[in-house]
This record gives sequence, C-alpha cells and structure tokens, in this order.
Amino acid sequence: MTLVLKKPFTLKKHSILPGFGLSLGYTILYLSLIVLVPLSATFFKTAALSWPEFWTTVTEPRVVASYRLTFGASLVAALINAVFGFLVAWVLVRYDFPGKRLVDAMVDLPFALPTAVAGIALTSIYASNGYIGQYLEPLGIKVAFTPIGVAVALTFIGLPFVVRTVQPVLQDMDTEVEEAAASLGANRLQTFIRVIFPSIFPALLTGFTLAFARALGEYGSVVFIAGNLPLKTEIVPLIIITKLEQYNYAGATAIAVVMLVASFALLLVINLLQWWTRNRQLAR
Amino acid sequence: MEGSSLVAARIPTGGKAKVKSTGESPLVRWTLITIALLFLSLFLFVPLLAVFVQAFDKGVDVYLAALVEQDALSAIGLTLLTAAIAVPLNLVFGLAAAWSISKFDFVGKSVLITLIDLPFAVSPVISGLIYVLLFGAQGVFGPWLIERNVQIIFAVPGIVLATIFVTFPFVARELIPLMQDQGTEEEETAISLGASGWQTFWRVTLPNVKWGLLYGVILCNARAMGEFGAVSVVSGHIRGLTNTVPLHIEILYNEYNFAAAFAVASILAMLALVTLAAKTFVEWKSEEQMRDEQP
Repeated sequence: MTLVLKKPFTLKKHSILPGFGLSLGYTILYLSLIVLVPLSATFFKTAALSWPEFWTTVTEPRVVASYRLTFGASLVAALINAVFGFLVAWVLVRYDFPGKRLVDAMVDLPFALPTAVAGIALTSIYASNGYIGQYLEPLGIKVAFTPIGVAVALTFIGLPFVVRTVQPVLQDMDTEVEEAAASLGANRLQTFIRVIFPSIFPALLTGFTLAFARALGEYGSVVFIAGNLPLKTEIVPLIIITKLEQYNYAGATAIAVVMLVASFALLLVINLLQWWTRNRQLAR
Repeated sequence: MEGSSLVAARIPTGGKAKVKSTGESPLVRWTLITIALLFLSLFLFVPLLAVFVQAFDKGVDVYLAALVEQDALSAIGLTLLTAAIAVPLNLVFGLAAAWSISKFDFVGKSVLITLIDLPFAVSPVISGLIYVLLFGAQGVFGPWLIERNVQIIFAVPGIVLATIFVTFPFVARELIPLMQDQGTEEEETAISLGASGWQTFWRVTLPNVKWGLLYGVILCNARAMGEFGAVSVVSGHIRGLTNTVPLHIEILYNEYNFAAAFAVASILAMLALVTLAAKTFVEWKSEEQMRDEQP
C-alpha cells in the first residue's frame, strides 16, 4: 500500500513474485497472434469494399431472410431456455428426486457433445419418421427442415447457459427471506413473484443473453436439421459458408462483419449484466 | 442447498412449519420435477440415446466396419493430432495468462480478460473465415505463401489454427478465477523462504490449481476433438487428408450412410460422456480439497 502511495503513476503494483514480464508478455503475444491479428483481418478485408457494395451485400433478400431466421430462432430458443432452464435449475436446487446427480451432470451435455453429432441426432429424432417426429407429423407439426427445427437445435445448444447461471444464485439464496415473507402473510406464489424472482432475475437475464449470443453463431447443430432452403431455412453462418464456397470472399466477410458487430455488442451487454448480478449479490 | 438442510436440522421444532412456508406441496413439487425431466428428455436424453441406437441399427458388424474403414481411421488420426497440438499450446497460454492476471495488479487487466474470452463470442464459421482471409489464396499472406509453396488453408495447419482459436479461452478462463481466489500469500511465503520462481510455480501454485487445470484441459480437449464449423471452413474436405472426425460424420450423413455416420458419431458421444464424468469427478475432488483447506 505504502509503495503505491510513493509511486502513484505506476502501471503495475509492486510485487515480490517473479515472472510478470514473461507471463504477461507471452499472454499478449499469443493472444495477438491467434486472436487479435486474425480477427482484425476481417475488418481490414471489408475495407476493400466500397460502402454501397458493402450495403448491397448485407441487404440482399436472401441475406436479410437469414438474419430474420437466425435472430428470430435464437430469440425463441433463448426464451424457451429462460423458462425451462429456470425450471430445471429450480428443481435441481430445491427438490430431491432419484437420479438427481446424474441429471445435474447431464445438463452440460450440449457443452460436451460435438455440434455435428447433436445436429444429426436431433434431425433423426425430429424427422417425420423419427422417434418424436412421427407423433408430431399427424398433428400437422413439422420440425425437421423448418424454422421450428432451427429453434429446436438452438434450444439444445443454449440450455446449459441458463441453468448454470441461475443454479449458483438459487443455491446461495437464503431461505430466511422466504420464511420472513411467509411469516408476514405472503402465500407461496406471492413470495415467489415478489421475493425469489427479483433476486434471480439478473442471473436469468445473463443466462438468456448468453444462450442468445451462442445461438446467433451456431452452425454445426443447425445445418443438418434446417434443410437449408434459400429464403426459408438458411441461417447466417450458412450464408457465409456458401459465399466462401463460391470464392466470394468479400461478400462472406461483409456478412461476417455484421455478425461480429452484433456479437461484440452482445458481449458488452453480457459483461454489464454480469457486473450487475455481482453487485446485486454483494449488496445482499 | 446443503446449507438450507443444515438450517432445517438445527431447528427441530420448526421443521414442519419451515417446509410449509418455504417449500411447495408434493403435488406442485412432482409436477415441476416431471415437466423439467420431460423437457430434458426431449432435448438431451432422447438425442443422446438416438446416437447409440442408430449406430447399432444395422448390427455390430456394420458398426465396427464403419470405425475401421480407411477414411474413418485417417479422420481419427487427424483429430487426435489436432488435439495433441492445440490442447498443450492453450494449456501453456492458460497458465501464463492466469499467472499474470491473478498474481499481479496492473492497468488494463479487465480488458485483457475480455479479450481472452473473445473467441467464445465469435461464430465458429467466422473463426474459420478469419484464417482463410489471412492465409487463403486471396488472403493477406496468400501470394507470399503460394510463392514459397506453403499451404495452410485446405491443409492440416489451417485445421490446427482454427481449432486453437475456438479452444483458446478454455484453460485460461477456468484458471483465472480459481487463482484469483487463492491470492498470492502462499507464493510470497515460498519466495521469501528462498524458493525460486519456477520452484514456487511447480510446488505451490500448480498443486493448488491441479483440479481446475485438469477440468480446463478436459473441456478444451472435448471442444478440440468435436469442433465442426470452424474446421469445416478451413478444411477443404479432402477425404483421407483433411477430414476430421466431425467432418467425416457429415460426409457419411450426406451420403445417406446413416448407420456409419452414427457409428462414428457414437465415438464422439462417448467422448462427451467421459468428459461429463471427468467434470463431475473434478468438481467432487475440488470440493474435497476446499473442505480440507477450510476445516
């Protein structure tokens, strides 16, 4: 502390531990080589396009249809995950049932299962002759090769994000507050709406945004179930790949930049949300 | 959860009233459990089961034949090679990043943490695209590489680079919070007792974070072996040469060779299950370690 007072303009606090220069130097070098320089190449390459060219590329009808599908299906999937992910977290934290530890471990399956495997598995069960698809078909619900299928795959991908952000907050919550609410005459539903939900809300919103952000860029699990019909079931990452396969590098890059800007904006929102959640938890 | 049951145990007379005031009736409870399990079945359990059922759909012979076929074997070889390069590199980076961030105070630390997380925010397809833009024939270094007859895109180096990118944050983001929690006191004691920097790192820091480190490596490895989108962009899909296991699955599936596709997919599904088991084990171990440290 005294050292800091003596040298107020230092960029780094004094420490007797060695290796700061080496470890930070290596970190920054590796980060730049693998992440920062390649990523900036995208923006560099887009600069080769004139503004009207860029605008025409990113507003083609087929591309606009893919934005609509990607953002729409991601939003639907994130909403489904917010509702059911919250329920799963609640059940895992508050109740006991046989096989609970196994179920808890399995929630991370979408993190561990390669997306291509998830993609072909979901397609096979939701196709019109699949395990689940065959019961939906007579009801007039087609899942595979429709936007619903895209939302199903994105729900799979986003599931752990909501559960894993809500679960620790629920676990840390003190039941005393609930007891107080009950002893003051609130019924269980009132306690839930007025006491439990508000303290979970920041975490739920963070989980929702994380799931949404992940869904926006997802490719592997979606391409199989989507059917990839132009204007109908093409997602944005697929459009980028299609343009690349046609050696239209500038076009692919322009659309990638649109997606990157959306992703970075979401990253900023997520950081703000996490900061909010932490502050709420510290305040309690 | 464990905390609340302790509280309940400590108040013997209020036990029943407590259940009433902060719990739900059995009917509500079991309805909620059923809905949650039904949802998880539809989205997790049935798809996982489907992989194994379809893999053995045409019998064990077809299953085994799909795994020992030449293209499958070379895909497995390439996937193992890719993981064997990407995981150690990201492991060393994770340790360096966690050491600098958790043991020292410096300006711009939170920016650095955000930048390390960046690859998670980028679509896998874009992760592949950026290397095409750098090293592809029309890329920034394209002409220079062609002159020297070096191929990165549509070849193994591109696959390795894209895999390193998508698995970049795993070890670092597992270690940073863990090492921040542990503070610097133990290391400072070791140094002032005359240990060298490396001795301190090997004997003090590493044993303290071994379980978190192992978990980060397991996750990093799972993603490295299963990555599809990024690798798909840079691979060029040359059979026997630049096909990883996930890309091989895609080809088989698109050829309507479903039994073989699911057979190969079942190896990756097993890898996922091993990853989840290892995760549970590591969590259990680190809880144990924490209990031992705080009696």
